[in-house]
Parts: sequence; C-alpha cells; structure tokens
Amino acid sequence: MCGLGGILNRRGKRISGKEIIAVANAMEPRYDGRGGGFAAYGIYPKYKDYFALHVFLDDEEARKKTEEYLKERVEIKKDEEVPTRNIKEIPRQHITWRYFVDAPEKFKEEDYIVETVMHINDCIEGAYVASSGKNMGVFKATGMPCNVARLFKVEDYKAYCWVSHGRFPTNTPGWWGGAHPFNILDWSVVHNGEISSYGTNRRYLETHGYKCRLLTDTEVVAYLFDLLVRKQGLSVETTAIALTPPFWKHIDRMPEEKRKIYAALRMTYAPAMLNGPFGIIVANRNMMIGLNDRIKLRPLIAAENGDFTYIASEEAAIREVCPKPEKIWAPKAGSPVIARLNEV
Amino acid sequence: MIMDAKGLHYKALNKLIEDAINNSAKKIKITNVNGQRYIGGGIKGNVEIEIHGTPGDDLGSFMDGPTITVYNDAQDGIGNTMNSGKIIVHGDARDIVGHSMRGGKIFVNGDVGYRVGIHMKEYKENFPVIIAAGSAGDFLGEYMAGGRIVVLGMKDSDSEIVGDWIATGIHGGMIYIRGKVEEHKLGVAAKIAEFSQEDRKYLRNLLKEFCKTFGYNVKKILDAEFTKITPMTHRPYGKMYTE
Amino acid sequence: MRFPPEFKVVRDQEKCTKCKRCTIECTFEVHGYDKKKKRMVANDENCVACQRCVFTCPTKALVIERRPPTFSDHPTWTEWIRRDIMTQAKTGSVILASMGNEKPYQSLFDSIVIDACQVTNPAIDPLREPMELRTYLGRKPEKIEIENDALKTEIAPNLKLETPIMIAHMSYGAISLEVHKALATAAKEQGTMMGSGEGGLHKELYPFADHIIVQVASGRFGVHEEYLKIAAGMEIKIGQGAKPGIGGHLPGPKITEPISETRMIPVGTDALSPAPHHDIYSIEDLSRLIYALKEATRYKKPVFVKIAAVNNSAPIATGIIRAGADAVVLDGFRAGTGAAPQVIRDNLGIPIEAAIAAVDQRLREEGIRHWGSIIASGSIRTSADVAKAIALGADAVYIGTAALIALGCTVCKKCYTGKCTWGIATQVPKLRKRLDPEKGAKAVSNLIQAWNHELKEILGALGINSVESLRGNRERLRGVGLSQPDLDVLGILPAGK
Repeated sequence: MCGLGGILNRRGKRISGKEIIAVANAMEPRYDGRGGGFAAYGIYPKYKDYFALHVFLDDEEARKKTEEYLKERVEIKKDEEVPTRNIKEIPRQHITWRYFVDAPEKFKEEDYIVETVMHINDCIEGAYVASSGKNMGVFKATGMPCNVARLFKVEDYKAYCWVSHGRFPTNTPGWWGGAHPFNILDWSVVHNGEISSYGTNRRYLETHGYKCRLLTDTEVVAYLFDLLVRKQGLSVETTAIALTPPFWKHIDRMPEEKRKIYAALRMTYAPAMLNGPFGIIVANRNMMIGLNDRIKLRPLIAAENGDFTYIASEEAAIREVCPKPEKIWAPKAGSPVIARLNEV
Repeated sequence: MIMDAKGLHYKALNKLIEDAINNSAKKIKITNVNGQRYIGGGIKGNVEIEIHGTPGDDLGSFMDGPTITVYNDAQDGIGNTMNSGKIIVHGDARDIVGHSMRGGKIFVNGDVGYRVGIHMKEYKENFPVIIAAGSAGDFLGEYMAGGRIVVLGMKDSDSEIVGDWIATGIHGGMIYIRGKVEEHKLGVAAKIAEFSQEDRKYLRNLLKEFCKTFGYNVKKILDAEFTKITPMTHRPYGKMYTE
Repeated sequence: MRFPPEFKVVRDQEKCTKCKRCTIECTFEVHGYDKKKKRMVANDENCVACQRCVFTCPTKALVIERRPPTFSDHPTWTEWIRRDIMTQAKTGSVILASMGNEKPYQSLFDSIVIDACQVTNPAIDPLREPMELRTYLGRKPEKIEIENDALKTEIAPNLKLETPIMIAHMSYGAISLEVHKALATAAKEQGTMMGSGEGGLHKELYPFADHIIVQVASGRFGVHEEYLKIAAGMEIKIGQGAKPGIGGHLPGPKITEPISETRMIPVGTDALSPAPHHDIYSIEDLSRLIYALKEATRYKKPVFVKIAAVNNSAPIATGIIRAGADAVVLDGFRAGTGAAPQVIRDNLGIPIEAAIAAVDQRLREEGIRHWGSIIASGSIRTSADVAKAIALGADAVYIGTAALIALGCTVCKKCYTGKCTWGIATQVPKLRKRLDPEKGAKAVSNLIQAWNHELKEILGALGINSVESLRGNRERLRGVGLSQPDLDVLGILPAGK
C-alpha cells in the first residue's frame, strides 16, 4: 500500500513544492515512513540542456570514483551537493550530489546517458543515480514524505510537474535508492501495488540491455516506458495498450482493423504486459500519465481544474490542494489518463 | 452537534464521534472532512451523521444502525461489511461499495466503481440494498449471495450503464439494471431473467425511499426497460472440483 | 528355461462365474479354461498387468499382483538388469521398450515449487476474475508500428491456442484411427492443437485439420501437398526425446491396409524412419526444408522444428530459430514412445526442465527470443508441470502419455506389441473397436479443461491474470533440494531465498 500524487500545470507554469507536499501528506495512512520521494520537472532552467544526475554517494571514495568515471564519459558543466537540511527524522545515509552533464556529440546522447547511469549503478560501489533527466530531479529517501521534503528543501523548488510517493515497502529493505520515484532519463515512475509479472518484464528488459539491479518491481515500469516510447517510437497511448492491454474477450469483439492492432500489440508485447494489482503515475518533461491494472485492484483518481491536472491514490489528496476541481473522475481499469504540457 | 474535521487525524475525529454518541448525540454534522477513514466505523444506534467534504476509505464499515449522509463523493469501501443503517452519497462512490454487506441501505446519487456489492449477503430480515443513480464498473455483484443491487444509469449517457463480468459467481440475491445488458457481459453463474410486472412492482417499492432522498420521480424511472440478473444455480462451481 | 513371471493373476474362484470374458479381453493369452478341472486358469508368464481383465471382469473376481522378487538382493545387479542380460544372452537382441524413461533420475519438476501471494501482492480469485490462457505460437515482431490507425508491422502467421496445452504427435500407425479422432475432437473442443505424428493423416481426420499440426519426419510418411495445406501448422521432427539420435520403426504387424494407404508402404513391412532426414545434414539444410514447406504453403502457416533435449540444445535451438523456424519443440528425456531401444530410452538426452531453461536463456541472450516460441514436451504429467515449464520459459506444452492415460491407457508399456488391450496402440480391428472416439474425446477434453482450471488457480495464487505474465517468470519458482549448478541452469533461487 502506498500513496501516489501528481500535479501537472499544462501551460508549464511552475509552482512551489508546497502543493505536492500537501498532497502527499493527505495520504498519510497509506505509508509507513520507510520511503518517500518527489520528482520535479522544470527545476533547473539555468541548466535545462544538460542531463541532471542526482547521485546518492555512500562516502568520499564513492564520490571520487563517480567523478573520475563521469569525467571520462561526459562533459560536466557543473556539479554541487544537493542542498539539504539536517533533520533528526532521517539519518544521513548518503551525500546527494548533482552533476549537470552533456554527452559527447558523436554518440546518441540518450542511449549514452542510459549506459552511463547503468554503469554507475552496476559497477561503482556506493554510488547510485537517483535521476538523470534534463531540467528535472528526484528527491527521495527513507522517511515520511514530509520529512523527505524537509530534508531536501523541496518547498524551495519550482516545477510545472510534480510527482510524489509515500511508501509502505514490502519487497525491498527501505534504503534511499529503493524509495520512489524511480527514474531513467526524464521518465519518473511512482507505483502503488505489486507488479506480479516482474520476472517476465525484467527478463524482457534485460534482452534489451537494461539492468534491473534494484530488486524491486517499479523500476521495470520506468524502463518499459523508456524502451517502448523512446527507443521503439510507440506513442504513449499505444504504450499504455501494450502494458495494460484489454482482455482477449474484448479484443475479439473489436472492429477488424482495431482488433488487428490490439492483437498484434498483445502478441508482441506479451512479456512487457504489467500484471498484478497496481496504480502508477509516470511523468516525463512533456506529460503526466496515470495508469492502473487491468482489473483495477488499486485506486487512482484524476481531476482537472483550469490548467492543472491532478492524479492521486485518493480523492481527498487532490481536494486537499484543489477543493473544487472542475472535473474529477476514477479512470477505468487499464485506461490511461494522459495530461500533456501545452495541451490546454 | 457540529464538528470541524479540518486537519484532524481519523483517529481523533472518530473518537470525537464516539464521545458524542456516548453523550447521546442524535445528529452530528461534520464539516471540512477530507480523507479521514472509518467514519461511522463500527458504531451502533440510530444517530444521523452528516458529512461535508470527502470522507476517506471504509466509511461506515461494520456500522450497525446509523444513517450517514455524504454531500460529496465518497472513496473506496463504503459500507464494508455493514450490518444495518443507511449510507447516502450525493456524489460518486468508488470501488467495493458494500463489500460483504449484511443489511441496511446504500444510496448513491452518482456513479459507483468496481466490485460493487461484492459478496453481499442476506438472511431473513437482514437484507442489504445498494442503489446507484449513475453507472457501475466491472465485477458488479461478484459472488453475490443475497440482497438487491439496482443500477439506474441516469447520469452520463456516454458511458455504459454497467461494466463487464457482471455477477460472476452469483448464488443468491438479484441485480436490476435500468437498460439493456448484453449477454456476454454476464459472469459465470449469472443469467438474465424475465423482468416481470411483479418485478416492476417490487422495484417501485424498493425505489420509493431512494427517489425521495434525491428527488427523483419513481414513475419516470420505472418507465424504461430493465434487465434482471439472477443466479443460474445455487452452486455455481459445483462441477469445478472432483467429488 | 523361462523367467519367473513378473505378475500373478489372482482369481477369486468364488466370484468367478467362468463367463470367459477375460479370455476375450486379454490379448496376451493369459486366461484360459481348464475343461478337466472345470475352472478358469491363468498363464502368469504372459501377463503384462494391463489391467484390462481386472476392469472388465463382470464379477470383479480378478486382481493382478506383482510377484515378490525371486532373485536374491543386490544393489548393483538389480533384478531388472539380470533379467535383461539373460534375455539378451538368449536372443542376442536389442531390448525394445515402450512409454518413457524408467530409470529413477531425480525429477527436476518435483524439485521446483511455485510461489504464492500473501497480502502485499494479493492473489486473484480465478473463479471471479477473468483469467487468460490464450497463447500464440510463432514469430513475433521486435516492435509494432502503427500508421494512421492502421497496423504497419506485418505479423507472421501464429497458431492461436486457448490453452497452452497441446496434444503431442503420436502417429497414426502407432495408435489407432479411433485414438487420432478422439484426440483431434478434443483439440478442437478445447481450442488447441494436436500433432499428427509422423505417419500422415487419415482422410477422416481432414475435417479437424485446422486443429492439427502436421509432422514431417525423416520417413516422410503421408507427406503431400494437401496434407501441408489443410493443416494449421507444420512440424519438422528431427529427434524424439525417447530416442534421441536414432530413427524408429513401426513394426510390420501394425502396418495394416489403411496404414499402408496413408503411409504408402506395403502392408506388413516395418515402417522405417531413418535417424536423420537424408536431406538434412546441417543447419542450412534444415533451413532449406523449412523454407520449402513455407514456400509450398505460401507463408501462411508456421513451421516448427522438434528436437530431443540434449546437451547442446541451447545453441541448436538458436540455430533452428535463425534457420527460420517459428517455434522449437523440445522433447525431454522422459518423453514417451511406442517403441524404442530400452538402452536409448533410459540413458540418452537431458531433462526437459533443463532444456527449457537453457534454450530460453540463450535465445534471450542472443536477443531473438521473440523470433520463435518454445514448446516443451516429454513427461508433462500435471498442470503443475505445465505451469513450471511455462515459468521456466516455455510458451506451450505438448501432452502425449497423459492424453493416452485419459483414454484408458494403463501404461503397461507394451505398445510395441500392437496388442494393446485398451484399443489404443493397436491396429487390430476388434481391439480398435474397444475405444469409442466420442467418449475418448470427452475424456481428453475433460483432462485439458481440468488442467486449465488448475492453471488458473495457480495463476490466481500468483496474482497474475494472464499466462503471458507467467512465461519466463522464474522469480516465482524456487528449488528444493537442488544443487547450485542445477539452480544456475534453471535460473532459479533455492527455497527461502
């Protein structure tokens, strides 16, 4: 059981972190304090053309090794410690450092950054990349969302898209890297529930070069979006069909051309299909997506008000910051809610 | 009696309610409710609770007698294993409305979500009823063992009145849907039965209180096609296992 | 000098009415009537414990008992080894055997357990929630392209199954026409496929052809243009799990007139299937045959290739997939057979579990897992075996012996004699009549239905509502009592980890 929250201003207007903190706080019974986090888009306008790597480092040794490796691989425009405050609720597990980097021109930059991230997570002891997108960052740790927010001074950031997570972990021990959101490039994912198809999904991703080393089911969602949307060029709508396809019963009843498409997607992306009870919010620089499992075993509510789209595990969480939305609804099982930037 | 729930944890709020009832409060109005769980959970008697705002999950769970009115949407799990009393929701209610409900009434003026009336029961005078003015999601009345569910589909003409896999495993009770239901949407063990004059009469009685609550005209509602869904057999999975 | 018999016929003379039914039912000439003593007698030496007389005796007067070992105990020189040596000393012949491997190797299936959900990942109720078993066999594209709401990617022909359970190839000749009909009817009823086996298709099976995968084996029996065109799919048999690396022969007594017609060989001769296909001596030759079949059927049907599970299955399977096959069929070392040399059956090949795991892993490592499906066969005994095979990486399974048992086979292991008292592995008209194809079809169909239900129960316990999320999901398996090398091959963790 976990609490998810997401806010997107479709005109790209940046708002303070206070609102998403309030959304997360409103779902307090859904988490137990062993993981909280936020993803924020639009927070680094000054370095918006650089990949912002948020890296958890165990010690100075890990920092040195990471820096050496990064210097070999990429151009570091700027690096600094992510500002934090000392709070008693969350003992300091890591130093959090951010690097604004650029890939050498001769490479396909996004693949190159993915490889870089995979290498650090896989091969550098005591280093873990929490996020790697442009003009965005993930702030997460082992603690209540409100304390994670205090730790990273989340209220000081301004973003046009915010995603939050309060965790009740059952799979992996609570460590900072295991908290949500999970991120690769600018894909961030928060997740409530369990991906029972994890083993199948993981092995499918491994054949495509992804390394799932976190021993948790959520990271596969981020990688699946990256693979299907960025690498294979599927639309987000089609990706949602691939990941949570309709039942065969419904596909069989579709008109011919539609049926062909859905059957082809289901056959082809069978190992990508997400099974088990889940609600997820996925974001990237252009959009925010809410999706739940095919038989709706986890809750998800969406709302719209003016230029804002909200998605959360509970209606009350949305009403906490937007008491009277123009529209509020429960998305159908397996049907995505897709809110895009500049689509008003 | 009026309570302000603003910023209150559910435990604190529910303690206030319990104390009020112990002090023989008959009417409690709670304002600024937002997300507090278990309101009315496990309380007995004939108190009336008015909720302004969005109550949290499991509203009125195990409740035995009181009437709760929500002037907004309700979240998941209202009337979970409720024994008697009444829950009135002026907005929508979400998933698993009336899970294992044992008696009492749930009236929803909007839509209801997935798995509504799942495992509803019935024994003699303990007879639960769920009525929704809007539509219902998939798995309506799964494993239903008793009581009545009525879905009127009067809110949104775009969406389907009821989702798929209706009444899978139903072995008691009955569902009335205002409108046509395609055969393929029925789950295992459910069947469409003839909607007779008797049924119409029965429904008129059943709907009276609901219509009065929300200001509908019974006659107008009944002036439509209805589908009646009943169990095919009392042992839907009798052949599933070897004897 | 004759061996002491293996079995003893115990007759309750009180119950026996001397109706002589047993003398008719038994094809091994066990029962007889002693006119002098005016009672039924039995020749135990001939008894194979097929149980036919026991089942059919109107007064239930018969019991077949195993005789206690009459040899003195020795752990190395078991009674069976001694019996075989004596037989061979006498005859100078290869010992023939039927059904699957009889040696007590450790069962990997029985050393694997399946996960279940508790709270955090709730189980799904298979009775209420939709549970999907539909399976497509064949090549899948790497990705899908859609343009203007139309599918741009071409999808290769796939076989659509409503269950991952298919009925294995058992040839017309080895088994009777009635059995073929029963199996085909069951396959159709369950929305799945049956294999034709290598003996061609009798014309009476043609109406079921859209549920039949026709086999093309080294003997090329009954292979013609129409056979290929009416079928749902084709399967080239390279090897068989019960007798990897060797051919086979259907004994002459089984080659009756209708078999002769279908196979196009003289009545009463042995039907010979050579060890290799004489037009396939390398992987490129296999590719040539695959495309010959595809060309002949205008690329409308998938072509599968079946091999026995052997040490090098993984690289062989990738070669097969790269050669153009739409699926590779792996037949494990416990697979059944109508007739095989016992020494081959009991000692060659590897367990199907290991072969599935190795092939699935290799195809993934080479990035071509989606090029073809994996079908597992050879000793799939229960729905649990099906679930385990799929979780290890198989797309579907074939069941052979299990389907025959559903038809009444008692696994007496005398298929090669052609005297099957149950009317299954025989061509003798009066024995064939013992099997009613309609009742048989119902029995096999029931079996598949029951296993489907059980598979859904397993999926539900795993919190999964579609079989594709089980495929290759080795996270949900654990090993019990397996060595680390075994666990590594299977790609699973030990229980408790």
